[in-house]
Amino acid sequence: MTFVLLAEQVLNGLQFGVMLFLMAAGLTLIFGVMGLINLAHGSLYMVGAFAAAATAAATGSFLLALAASLAAAAAAGALMELMVIRRLYARDHLDQVLATFALILIFSEGTRWLFGSFPLYLDIPDALSGPISLPFGIDYPRYRLAIIGIGLVVAFAMYLLITRTRIGIQIRAGEEDREMIAALGVDISKLYTIVFALGAALAGFAGALIGAIQSVQVGMGEPVLILAFVVIVIGGIGSVKGALVGSILVGLTDTLGRALLPVAFATFMEPSAATSLGASLASMAIYILMAAVLILRPRGLYGAA
Amino acid sequence: MLTERRLNVLVLALLLAVPLWAWVSNEPFTITLATRAVIFAIAGVGLNLALGTGGLVSLGHAAFFGIGGYAMGILASHAQSYTALTDWPFLIEGTKSMPVIWLVAIVASALAALAIGALSVRTSGVYFIMITLAFGQMFYYFMISWPAYGGEDGLSIYVRNSFPGLNTLDPIQFFGLTFVLLLLVLALVTRLRSSAFGLALGAARQNENRLRAVGIAPYRLYLLAFTISGAITGLSGALFADLNRFVSPTMFSWHTSGEIIVFIILGGVGRLMGPVIGAALYVMLEHLLGGVSDYWQIYFGAILLGVVLFARGGLIGLLVGREVAHD
Amino acid sequence: MTDAPVLELQGLSKRFGAVVASNDVSLDLKPGEIHALIGPNGAGKSTLIAQIAGSLASDAGRVMLEGRDVTALRASARAKAGLGRTFQISSLAMEYTVLQNAVLGAVGQAGRAFSLWRSVMKARSFLNAADAALESVGLAEFRNLRTDELSHGQRRQLEVAIALTMQPHAFLMDEPMAGLGMEGTRTMTGFLDELRHRAPILLVEHDMNAVFQLADRISVLVYGEIIATGTPDEIRADPAVRSAYLGESTV
Repeated sequence: MTFVLLAEQVLNGLQFGVMLFLMAAGLTLIFGVMGLINLAHGSLYMVGAFAAAATAAATGSFLLALAASLAAAAAAGALMELMVIRRLYARDHLDQVLATFALILIFSEGTRWLFGSFPLYLDIPDALSGPISLPFGIDYPRYRLAIIGIGLVVAFAMYLLITRTRIGIQIRAGEEDREMIAALGVDISKLYTIVFALGAALAGFAGALIGAIQSVQVGMGEPVLILAFVVIVIGGIGSVKGALVGSILVGLTDTLGRALLPVAFATFMEPSAATSLGASLASMAIYILMAAVLILRPRGLYGAA
Repeated sequence: MLTERRLNVLVLALLLAVPLWAWVSNEPFTITLATRAVIFAIAGVGLNLALGTGGLVSLGHAAFFGIGGYAMGILASHAQSYTALTDWPFLIEGTKSMPVIWLVAIVASALAALAIGALSVRTSGVYFIMITLAFGQMFYYFMISWPAYGGEDGLSIYVRNSFPGLNTLDPIQFFGLTFVLLLLVLALVTRLRSSAFGLALGAARQNENRLRAVGIAPYRLYLLAFTISGAITGLSGALFADLNRFVSPTMFSWHTSGEIIVFIILGGVGRLMGPVIGAALYVMLEHLLGGVSDYWQIYFGAILLGVVLFARGGLIGLLVGREVAHD
Repeated sequence: MTDAPVLELQGLSKRFGAVVASNDVSLDLKPGEIHALIGPNGAGKSTLIAQIAGSLASDAGRVMLEGRDVTALRASARAKAGLGRTFQISSLAMEYTVLQNAVLGAVGQAGRAFSLWRSVMKARSFLNAADAALESVGLAEFRNLRTDELSHGQRRQLEVAIALTMQPHAFLMDEPMAGLGMEGTRTMTGFLDELRHRAPILLVEHDMNAVFQLADRISVLVYGEIIATGTPDEIRADPAVRSAYLGESTV
């Protein structure tokens, strides 16, 4: 494991983390503001990816594809919120889990019905393809670096939104005391729809960005959703800062674990055993991380005490 | 008048009558469907102890379903290949004896539930759901990446395991075996629900402050409930593996966890026979809708959504009305 | 009968950031007495109750129950040690019957929450204890009603009944009169007057008539501090109390 390879893995970990942040930020806001657990968030990721792939195929423009992903996911999110999610705010978590689980089935099979079972492909735009030379002799894919950049920009934008805008104040107040802000005249319904649509747009955007690296297929959002949950448990419900820290931690742990553990085991085990044991342990690494955080901080790193 | 008790008896009678009729009419596939329903019912009854009575919404019970399944898969595969599992610290050979496999499945799941519960049960609400989900997924990904027992492709067991005195390959006999197990599990859970433990557990779900005010700390209560619940679901996993003569990491997936919860909600949360009715309904819907369309899950999702939003008490709730305070 | 206090608070303090909710609060509860704790809204009564019951950890100070330091014990342990608590907002298992709630108390008192086998609602000892408690508060005829079918006043009574099954050494009661009409208040007042002989009561109340009728001693809590402790007459005459609190009401 040379320095260059290690650096590449670190960057990969950051890229993974940043993409997780896009998922987790929306989810944690929805938890924090509306007290709602939404399993269908992964479906919105998928919707964004499919919208992007379809748009790119039709128009050849990556930029339009990204815009389409934002619009489609936000629209799907708003529709979901108005038709189903709205009825769940007052319900207990079990109902929310089941209803959003039902939505996953509907969205997944619905997408399969519309687009078929074969994966779609989204191409990296020419402007961002190929490697870019970084200091210390590292060559890294331009596109992945762009994702890291975009992710950090979004994180900063979220920070500004939460701390500097009226919506942001409403969101923060809503996390503290839902009934109070209703009493103060804030239009709760509108706020909730906006928060939900915002979370959906972020998820769809993440789906589109990753769709260019991996393929676009039904069910692609589910592994990401679960990772986002792990991020939120680590970071603390309702905290966007926690989501950022958690995402980076999870991204790095997972990527570096997969890269380094087999290598580490190979120093004292024979190669095939090292690879399989290393890979198996690496797949568990983030859950072990989550368990460790839970033991020390049951409410996550930045969760309310 | 349809009381819950009469409905319970009716359901069990139907669950027995249908496969018997199928046996007499030589329709082995229907017997297999009934067996599938019974096994799912056991899984659901297990979860319902933690979820319905204790209010613990576990989205990770597939972990125990899978552990039970792989207990069977690992032991049977070593037996069928005549290799031992390990010879250190002492010789452990495979086995194809169901009672032994069930014992291992129950103990292994109980230990896993104890470990997962110890970490998760101190949290509540949304955290608990996500944590149990995450632990379930941990097993899933581990099993996919561990090549020794088939990895993603799973593991086939060529001959069904044996039970003394029975021909387990005969569908009706295997059904009978699982049905007896279901009755035993129901008897156990009934006992637990009417015990002091059950009273306290139900009180914990309704009002933890009340429980503390009578000097009972909820944590150990939840932990015990979760452990027993995991053990029962683990048993159902071993049975499921035997039914299909196949185990795969899908048994660990969160979809499986979701399905087990669906059985409970279809029948009625917190009702003793809720999971039984729900499992039977699920197997029927799966079979009927699957015949109609390749995209049957859309319809199933819509039905589930409808039940959650409009028929919250499940089928039992619709038929019997609000729960009478039970003794 | 010795005069040693059954319940004693020694210098309890709690702050939330810059807000001092409890400042060096000390008081005691003697056998056979009703010691009322009064104070204007925002005085910190809820925070104090939580610290006494054990659901909130104090920053400093001790809680002594029958001479035993229970400060380190959490709420359920203190309940077991003999602190019977009733809640301002009824805290009951609403789906259970009245009898089931009372039996729950008996189970907790006996420490039998992990009995897995025997049918609890058929256990003689628990039923006897539960029925006796329900009898004392006048709810015996309602034993098979679901708790959510009880009136507000009946729920208060049930709270007290459950506290009784715990055979407490001291009662901590948070506004038991809240929401009761005139009739209900009269009944509850008479009941508490009798109850004091079973175990002394630390009574947090807003209803001044009831307080002055029942209390042997009164402590006044203002901005997290006890500004006066004494007999009803002494409190009525205390100038600090008058200015801080009693100015508006007619006593």
